[in-house]
Amino acid sequence: MARAVSSRRKSINTAVAWGIGFIIFFPILWTILTSFKTEGQAIADPPIFLFFDWTLENYSIVQERSDYMRFLWNSVIIAGGSTLLGIIVAVPAAWSMAFVPSKRTKDILMWMLSTKMLPAVGVLYPIYLLFIELGLLDSVFGLVIVLMLINLPIIIWMLYTYFKEIPGEILEAARMDGASLKSEILYVLTPMAIPGIASTILLNVILAWNEAFWTLNLTAAKAGPLTAFIASYSSPEGLFYAKLSAASTMAIAPILILGWFSQKQLVRGLTFGAVK
Amino acid sequence: MGQIVLNQVRKSFGDVEVIPPLDLTINDGEFCVFVGPSGCGKSTLLRLIAGLEDVTSGEISIDGQPATELPPAKRGLAMVFQSYALYPHMSVRKNIAFPLRMAGLPKDEIEKRVTNAASVLNLTDYLDRRPGQLSGGQRQRVAIGRAIVREPAAFLFDEPLSNLDAALRVGMRLEISELHKRLSTTMIYVTHDQVEAMTMADKIVVLRAGNIEQVGSPLELYKAPRNTFVAGFIGSPKMNLFQGSEAAELGADTIGIRPEHIDVSQTQGQWTGRVGVSEHLGSDTFIHVHDTGLTDTITVRAAGEVDFKHGDTIYLTPRADQIHKFDAQGLRI
Repeated sequence: MARAVSSRRKSINTAVAWGIGFIIFFPILWTILTSFKTEGQAIADPPIFLFFDWTLENYSIVQERSDYMRFLWNSVIIAGGSTLLGIIVAVPAAWSMAFVPSKRTKDILMWMLSTKMLPAVGVLYPIYLLFIELGLLDSVFGLVIVLMLINLPIIIWMLYTYFKEIPGEILEAARMDGASLKSEILYVLTPMAIPGIASTILLNVILAWNEAFWTLNLTAAKAGPLTAFIASYSSPEGLFYAKLSAASTMAIAPILILGWFSQKQLVRGLTFGAVK
Repeated sequence: MGQIVLNQVRKSFGDVEVIPPLDLTINDGEFCVFVGPSGCGKSTLLRLIAGLEDVTSGEISIDGQPATELPPAKRGLAMVFQSYALYPHMSVRKNIAFPLRMAGLPKDEIEKRVTNAASVLNLTDYLDRRPGQLSGGQRQRVAIGRAIVREPAAFLFDEPLSNLDAALRVGMRLEISELHKRLSTTMIYVTHDQVEAMTMADKIVVLRAGNIEQVGSPLELYKAPRNTFVAGFIGSPKMNLFQGSEAAELGADTIGIRPEHIDVSQTQGQWTGRVGVSEHLGSDTFIHVHDTGLTDTITVRAAGEVDFKHGDTIYLTPRADQIHKFDAQGLRI
């Protein structure tokens, strides 16, 4: 039964929620606003909120100085590629753990998650050396592999949770109906898990898109994605806030738009199973 | 053609043996019901035949061919699950067509068979709906449809009616029986409901703790239960079983008498008791009689309406030729 909430109480709740939302969103809003200021206005004290001379100058300078499209393309390939590869590896892994668990399945899941507890910098040295040895340094392919491996535990965990929700009898029915393992996964399991797989893909694209440690440390001029694009504006010669903001806005815009259009799917995916 | 033979089939999960070595033959075209209380291994036995579980040892052959090592898809059996297990993302048409698609049949052949199955099962109007838009009975019919289109060697039913309400259950029971008469395909049907077993089966297999207690036709089991377990399990209301001097007089450890084989009277009889609860069904009245000195409660089935009130004295006379005698091990004498 719905709890009775007075309309006064309701409007207070709404106001508070919007207030908190605004506070959380403020840094992003500020970045976007700053990207339209001149460098002088960007560091003005007291800060100017809305009444400044709006300019697109920063964007044109940023685009002139570095090729945005190249970084964007790298980001797309790295985020998309690592997620796709991860899904291909994770679907059979999650299938076996969800539907034919062994005595050690729980331990393996825990072990996979535990790799996420290791600080990335702890394995930077060995991975860096491996990359030199394999000639993968500053290559998009190398980053796809590393980010796939880094996010794989999360992908498997999420898919495992969704797969667990699918009644085993339906897969058994498919087996009785003559489906091979491939058909069972392709025609029965995957279509039923589409919402879960979609939110796993979305979340992992976002994670890979925003990943900064490996993308910065393992790239130089060639393979750098948008994280490297932003970082290149915080140079030792001094910070240019307006240009940095313009670069940041350009870097987060695609993922922000993606997130905006898929938020329903994301929320449903993240709460899937929790509320039935 | 679907004779199924189990030879010394055994199944254990870890250290727990759920099915001790067991032999069973199910003849071609037979309607065989596995019945027993929950946890007796009847579903496990069905899943072993289906190939959804691997046997620990022993052999299964289907239609004369060894099937022990075959995966479920290769055994040529179709199964109807308790939860229906329909594919929720497919329409009824696609659900029924799925096994045919997996078998790689040509499109027009699939269409022909699906249309045919749909008309047999009254599903023609629902072919384009999703399972979620159907009632329980309709879903069950789709599950059956999916099984019959393949023309399997045998059908396996795993408690298919237990999710349906009572009225629908009786209807579906008849439909399945009719389907069996029409197709004359071997059917193996698992249930915990002895009424389903009695009404549908050619052959009943009573299971307890993985052991076969008795195999026989419904009437054989009713008339000559091999032991006290079968005697108590088959028949509704349950057979009255009791020990003591009355049994000893007949040279048995335990005797049993079915509720319908006891005559009641208000004036005279072999046993005296006090009427407890009476259940009036119209056609019959079930009277629960206490204080007979034999056992806590004796259930009696009287035809039609009888005029007994709670607390009345009642006289009972068992029909001597209908008394079942069992020895100390519970086996029929």
